[in-house]
Amino acid sequence: MEFALTDEQRMLDESLRGYLARALPLETLKDLVKDARGFSDAHWQAVAELGLPGLMVPTEHGGSGLGLLDAAVAAEALAYYAAPVAFAGPAVMAPIAVQTMASAAQQAEWLPKMASGEMRVAVAFAGGTGQTGNAGASLAGDKLTGAVEGILDLAGATHVLVVMPDGKAALAPVDAEGVSVHVKPTLDRTRPLADISFASARVDVLDASNDPAAAVRRVRDAGRVMLAADTLGASQAMLDKAVAYAKERVQFGRVIASFQAVKHMAAEMATELEPCRALVWFAAHAHDAIPEEAHVAACHAKAHLGEIGRHVQTKTTEMHGGMGFTELMGLELWFKRISLDRHTLGGPERCRHEAAVAQGWVAP
Amino acid sequence: MDLSYSDKYRALQDEVRSFIAANRDASPSAVGIRRKPDTKILAWQRMLVANGYAARTIPKKYGGYGAAPDVMENAIIAEEFSKAGVATGIMSQGISMLVPTLLEVGTEEQRERWIKPTILGETIWCQGYSEPDAGSDLANVQTKAVLDGDHYVVNGQKIWTSSAHYADMMFLLCRTEPDKPKHQGLSYLLLSMETPGIEVRPLRTMTGKATFNEVFFTDVRVPAHQIVMGRGDGWTVANITLKYERMMLGDANKFMHRVHRIRTLMETTRIDGERLIDKPEWRDRLVRLQGEVMASKYHQMRLLTDAAKGVDPGLGRLIVKLYGTEMGYRLSGLAVDIYGAAGLAYDPHDEGQPGEDDPATAWHADHMYDLGLIIGGGSSQIQKNIISERGLGMPREPKPAAPASTKG
Repeated sequence: MEFALTDEQRMLDESLRGYLARALPLETLKDLVKDARGFSDAHWQAVAELGLPGLMVPTEHGGSGLGLLDAAVAAEALAYYAAPVAFAGPAVMAPIAVQTMASAAQQAEWLPKMASGEMRVAVAFAGGTGQTGNAGASLAGDKLTGAVEGILDLAGATHVLVVMPDGKAALAPVDAEGVSVHVKPTLDRTRPLADISFASARVDVLDASNDPAAAVRRVRDAGRVMLAADTLGASQAMLDKAVAYAKERVQFGRVIASFQAVKHMAAEMATELEPCRALVWFAAHAHDAIPEEAHVAACHAKAHLGEIGRHVQTKTTEMHGGMGFTELMGLELWFKRISLDRHTLGGPERCRHEAAVAQGWVAP
Repeated sequence: MDLSYSDKYRALQDEVRSFIAANRDASPSAVGIRRKPDTKILAWQRMLVANGYAARTIPKKYGGYGAAPDVMENAIIAEEFSKAGVATGIMSQGISMLVPTLLEVGTEEQRERWIKPTILGETIWCQGYSEPDAGSDLANVQTKAVLDGDHYVVNGQKIWTSSAHYADMMFLLCRTEPDKPKHQGLSYLLLSMETPGIEVRPLRTMTGKATFNEVFFTDVRVPAHQIVMGRGDGWTVANITLKYERMMLGDANKFMHRVHRIRTLMETTRIDGERLIDKPEWRDRLVRLQGEVMASKYHQMRLLTDAAKGVDPGLGRLIVKLYGTEMGYRLSGLAVDIYGAAGLAYDPHDEGQPGEDDPATAWHADHMYDLGLIIGGGSSQIQKNIISERGLGMPREPKPAAPASTKG
């Protein structure tokens, strides 16, 4: 029994952070997010070479065959550097959806391309996540009609996979006839959201799951754990930056880090944030290995990180004083990243409600 | 990460379940054990130690169960006891603080003499730390111990001494080297509360119960070999004890137990005919706290894994007391809110009075006691200083000039 990352997971974390620290100095980051897609082909190529797109694709299909805990480690690292990299959709939710819902032939066709980064698949939920905005679609044979708003990682994607509430899913290229994508200027410029609509568009239908409701939940839970891990990384980055800033900023003839009012803010955040790491790890690990606890843990991780992220994004900005309120230090990139995590795939109240239902505390 | 339920763990789970099923009538009330253990509690404790559900990793030669440390086994035992609503082993200053301190730095003789009766609940300890002028500034302790032949002679006063009125023994932080700088002049002595010259005066807390005391020492003679580590090492030993105190105060299993009790309370309490658990605004408060408790539960498993590997978790350990006591206060706060106005009839039973507190009184007393835990053991503000300085590397507040009244 052991509650810790493995050596391999620590190495993944270190190599990814090493790359991101070199590749994404603040000035580069600020340039990248000027692209409305929030997506850089060069960076996608680089992360593909690091193996991120194939992280969760089974080895027989050309991936690394790793689990959601490995993905959570990567998500935390990406968020720590506010990396404008599509991850939760194409590298996590999409491969899980394909593995749980697609036929063997479809898996053999798509998974290798997803692992290589050639196919970048965003995941859209046609309802059921608690995310605000319109979401609805219906399938007639292989024709999909409907619209979904606020989709993560769709900007820069080659395909979209629509998860239907009934447990089927539909895959289509984003440039197919009848498919229309609208990338929106988004609060979080590192991961812009997009809307999509389908007008009787021809799709590939995924209907091989023998437990459709569980399959949908599993994809959604994985996404929520990734967003929780993202908030963890972004919050840790904001706290580290705030503490470092406080150690340099001088007022009243002292560094402000020597004032208890400032120290106590930092201590409160560190106290709340450190246990979040264990909660995210557990939620991710449960997804891989303890199915009976996975759903409740994912809901709790998403909700709890949403709340702690709100506290950290607020107080670390305050610790930077007027500088925190400007764009100069780039702190706002992390602030906005945390906000996006909170509101996508169901906010804290929704996730807590689902946790209560799943534990039988209240009727659905 | 490996939390898999191997056969070994499944067997333990079955074993714990059948133990509880067979013995649950022997369990004392899980609430409000802040009094001298009665015969029911002592019998329960003896049974738990014999079965390895308390003192599980204490070596056999000191009266424990002698199991190797295993995070999963602890979690399984805690979870089964919590789910069944039966009492876990005694949590006391002797068991949770002194015993691990002796295991870490005590002599073989001290371990053999004190650990067994302590874990069985037969020897009750109190902590002689705080003084009127040494609270948050604990190293300012002024109680003196002067060596006279083979005894230390102790003079001075302690305050906020929980359970001193029924404790058998005290671990005492006192000044033996008055000429040395304040942190280096302290020693840590073990002494019997029956030694002549000790006077215990009860202090009534806001709970209405006299759970703690002032203790006065007049020429109290303590055998010199009852020192832990050496002369001048008192600050080191005191901090080892504080480390365990702070871990105990943040113990997540206790809070998980509370979440389940509060859920039951919400299922059985109605306003306008509707159960509170069915009201979203009430349910959300509980689920939100459950998320916080889960985070602390897994954080604790992470710390225990580090401890088993000999890794110092640094910041991760420093936050436990602050996180746990603040969360505990919010949990008991939710419980008293559920009782609401109907729970305002407050009738606390003091030490020695017959009967137990009614549930609403017990929750109110716990709620106030939880506030005491936020203040004691290094207040939340002191914890934040420790976390920011030792955990985050932020500088200490510069020392101000001494107030005018103390100058000259």
